[in-house]
Amino acid sequence: MPEWLVILLLIVAKLGLIFMVLLTLAAYLVLAERKILGRIQLRPGPNRVGPFGTMQPWADLIKLLTKEDFIPAQADRWLFMLAPGLAAVTALLTFAVVPFGPPLSLFGHQVPLVVCDLNIGVLFFLGLSSLAVYGMALGGWASNSKYSLLGAIRGLSQLISYELSMGLALVPVVMLARSFSLTDIVMAQSAVPFALVNPLAFLIFLISAVAESKRIPFDLPEAENELVGGFHTEYSGMRFGLFFVAEYLNLIILGSMLTVFFLGGWMGPFLPGVVWFSIKVLFVCFFFIWVRGTLPRLRYDQLMHFGWKILLPLSLLNVILTGAFLLWRQG
Amino acid sequence: MATLLFYILGAVAVAATAMAVTRRNPVHAVIYLVNSFFALALIFYLLGAPMVAALEVIIYAGAIMVLFLFIIMMLELSPGEDADRQGPVPLQWLPVLLLGAAILGCTLLLLQLDPAAGQQLPRWYASPRDFGYTLFHEYALAVEIVSFQLLFAAVGAFYVGRAAGTKEPLGGER
Repeated sequence: MPEWLVILLLIVAKLGLIFMVLLTLAAYLVLAERKILGRIQLRPGPNRVGPFGTMQPWADLIKLLTKEDFIPAQADRWLFMLAPGLAAVTALLTFAVVPFGPPLSLFGHQVPLVVCDLNIGVLFFLGLSSLAVYGMALGGWASNSKYSLLGAIRGLSQLISYELSMGLALVPVVMLARSFSLTDIVMAQSAVPFALVNPLAFLIFLISAVAESKRIPFDLPEAENELVGGFHTEYSGMRFGLFFVAEYLNLIILGSMLTVFFLGGWMGPFLPGVVWFSIKVLFVCFFFIWVRGTLPRLRYDQLMHFGWKILLPLSLLNVILTGAFLLWRQG
Repeated sequence: MATLLFYILGAVAVAATAMAVTRRNPVHAVIYLVNSFFALALIFYLLGAPMVAALEVIIYAGAIMVLFLFIIMMLELSPGEDADRQGPVPLQWLPVLLLGAAILGCTLLLLQLDPAAGQQLPRWYASPRDFGYTLFHEYALAVEIVSFQLLFAAVGAFYVGRAAGTKEPLGGER
């Protein structure tokens, strides 16, 4: 086989594998969330479809696919149809830069376990997470409904506010690793994960990540007891399903980002790197579900005050402190 | 090859901006402008500045246009209002599909080209570290001036917003 064909096949195999794993994981994360929330609220959760309810995601999929695809009158038809796709694509694309294991030797080739090791990987993640807003905003606007519009406006302002502190929480990480590449950032944590080196940045990133995922306690864009369903009120069938899948894909992405930036990525004793990476990501996802089962929703003004008056100044201060610490260590 | 790509991308950027200026529907205008920003980002990448390309997407496409959308939504311009005046739906969407396809095609060609490795423009390839170093050493004064300007603007906006609103901030003491 010629050289380029091997490389091409490896890339296609990696892409296919990531697609399969991510989409299946997102579907089963929905089940896990319903199960865990059920246990937290002292009820069994879904347990009728298949053994212990394990076939529930497939039943949900069939239900969503066979529902009517409804488009409201006076809606902007094309934008309405495109918006869920935008939300899902931006979530999927982010995984292109996530390194999920140490380089592997296959057919005499060094295969890095990442689709594309960009030297500006951190910026790629931030760029895509800021583009992820469009799916929600355009969907909410195109529906031509008051609830959708309100949800979209809330979502826009929330995501813009918390993206700032999320980006600023990453600045110390980049300063410590001296690189924008995610692989280099993981390599820099071979001794101590950055969560222990800089716990404040870890905390800020964690809170901002929960806010970015639009989940309780920050689920104001889709607060169901005020806004019906928020930005996806008017969606039905598989278009709603895409928004739903995008939300869980986002959860996995944020979990893997948290793992890469602060928990040491694939680093860990005894087990192979990919296993450690999966364990850490799933643990972060479990934490997100746990938070959802524990905390009440914030009020809108509390959300804004917390973001702009506490989180943002703290993250700025943290950048300065980290810079001072690095200078002091250099002598 | 690089020259050809540059002219195609330039034409896409100009066409998308022209469409943005002439749209009646503000949200459609925003989408055209985002298209134009993507074309601009690709041009920066083609010229060997991946950092500036990323910033173009993060700041202009990701933050500033989102603010535009935010304001359009606050003004409550609903999509159904002037749907009749815009002509048939396929005609409305043909330009954006063409422009999007052109950008996608150029991206794929760019990946083949890889300006970082090619011999076309090796001297101008700027890694994030070079970029930051130059920005904060050679242009430190300009950076400071611009950041002061932004600070003034922020303080001014805060003052204007406060004077126009109520004395007590909404939901302050509860």
